[in-house]
Amino acid sequence: MSGYLAYIAKRLAQFVLVVFIGINLAYVITHATPIDPVEQSISAVTSFGNTAPGAIEQMRTSLRELYGLEGSAIQQYVVFWKRILRADFGPSMSAFPTPVSTLIARALPWTTGLLVVSTIVTWVLGNLLGGLAGYYQRSRGLKLLGVIAMGLHPIPYYILALLLLIVFGFLWPVLPITGGSAMNLPQAWSWAFVTSVLKHSILPALSLILIGVGSWFLGMRSLVSNVVTEDYVTYAELAGVKSRRILSSYVMRNALVPQVTGLAISLGGIFNGAVITEKVFGYPGVGSLLVDAVYAGDYGLVLGVTTISILGVSIGVLAIDLLYPLLDPRVKVS
Amino acid sequence: MLGILRDLLRYNAEFRIGIVLVGFVLLLSMLASFSPYPPQDVYVVPPDVPPSLTYWFGTTSRGQDVFWQLTFAIRNTLLFGCTVALISRVLALVIGLLSGYKGGWIDRVLMSINDTFIVIPLLPILVLFYFVMRDSMSWLMLALIMACLGWAYDARLIRSVAMSLKMREFTQSSVFSGMSTREILVQEHLPYVMPIVFSTTMNNMIWSIGLEVTLAVLGFTDINTPTIGGMIYWANQHTAMVAGVWWWIAFPTVVVIMTFIGLFLLAVSMNEYIDPRSRLSRMGRVTS
Repeated sequence: MSGYLAYIAKRLAQFVLVVFIGINLAYVITHATPIDPVEQSISAVTSFGNTAPGAIEQMRTSLRELYGLEGSAIQQYVVFWKRILRADFGPSMSAFPTPVSTLIARALPWTTGLLVVSTIVTWVLGNLLGGLAGYYQRSRGLKLLGVIAMGLHPIPYYILALLLLIVFGFLWPVLPITGGSAMNLPQAWSWAFVTSVLKHSILPALSLILIGVGSWFLGMRSLVSNVVTEDYVTYAELAGVKSRRILSSYVMRNALVPQVTGLAISLGGIFNGAVITEKVFGYPGVGSLLVDAVYAGDYGLVLGVTTISILGVSIGVLAIDLLYPLLDPRVKVS
Repeated sequence: MLGILRDLLRYNAEFRIGIVLVGFVLLLSMLASFSPYPPQDVYVVPPDVPPSLTYWFGTTSRGQDVFWQLTFAIRNTLLFGCTVALISRVLALVIGLLSGYKGGWIDRVLMSINDTFIVIPLLPILVLFYFVMRDSMSWLMLALIMACLGWAYDARLIRSVAMSLKMREFTQSSVFSGMSTREILVQEHLPYVMPIVFSTTMNNMIWSIGLEVTLAVLGFTDINTPTIGGMIYWANQHTAMVAGVWWWIAFPTVVVIMTFIGLFLLAVSMNEYIDPRSRLSRMGRVTS
């Protein structure tokens, strides 16, 4: 039991460190670069037309306050952390006067829902098929799947999402290609709304699944093909254990352990993919919010989404780490 | 070295396909020096011409020849990937070897930082970078930033090899013969990790080129330097798909997919080569 507690303490420390370093990165980027973000924003706004000099001066003062550029370096640092801890990123400039935190709170369920469902489907599907392919190495169909996985795996998210968009948007328009739900429906727990949400999420989820499934498949296949050569598998075979039972409780269970660690490691990358997918399919999550905020020059919103995504991904990793001992009982002992 | 190449070509179909794909893309990128048009000039040819004998891949709505534009784009994209890979390899080697050899608190500190960089979602950070830098975000700047963020996973891999090298006898004898840590790492351990460094180079290039394409497509890079992502960005700006100018998007997409699959297959076949077990089973399968 003490081994388990030590494990949890270690994971929690790592979680705090990830969040700390991530937020500090955000601080360094916004405060220590030689570029003055205030002048950048002003030039972005004024490039559209003439603005009165007085208005620019006012904007400069309020922007300096918003960016937290007043006072000494240490004061700025403290102000920055205070804001992060209170989740107070000020009002959004592109959707004035809605606070940034409200915008993020509105978008977060969409992203979380899409990510959680597609990640679980991807992981289960990839590992199941990969495990089968590693165990039944002679099967033709599974070999073919391996070739497809190899071809799909290295393609970047954007390209695949674009291909899906072209296929289902232009060549064979059967699925909605943009938005999170039909425009004319009220957002309530009605049957029409839920089905509309599901229908709209098919393409974004499909692109995430198609891209992700390959790496799990290939990883699991090579893990399983290593495990089946172990002596205890041969012993189980000789002892007459049914092959399905060998596969599920002797081979797969052992091979799954590194795959769970892999899931924790790749969570950041999966989130990156979601940002792109959301933008391509116009899905109303934090990814779209981030990209639109950059176009609109909305500093508070960009910083808010960055912070939230660092926090969200680290929480996801922590959750997987805490579930890990259930699968690998060795953690509790050592 | 040549012997290894010959073996790989003979026994490894993945390596063969990978070499062909990467070779083709490299050839295309080298053609850039023969382009009749400077890369940033627009309206040098009639716009929106479909692929034909005069314009092999058609022309863009900005009056550029897609074929020659593509040679510049793929050259810059590959160069970008190589730059990021080279710099991040150095970082990964230094941190991985040092951490694995020294152990103790140096290892613990380096690895906690390392694990942080593995987990953090990099895209929002890069977007934040672009947001602050805007037009000052040059090609080289982005490569530098990405190299500083993209070493972590490989450093851990190198560390695990370095840890096992530390236990080997030759390390002990070099310690007793009075070599410094730097000498041991560079002269004794570095040659052992070089194969992994090569295979991770491919994976790192896939990673960095993928992120660059993504950022460029969103318009978050220096869009005036032609890259694959930049080409798709301009095509989207001119709504090429809706306007029916499909060749403007299709050819860059095909070339970038070829690059990715080629690099990936090279990485896979090198990994197999490093792991002697799978190499043996493969050779056995061929002869039997």
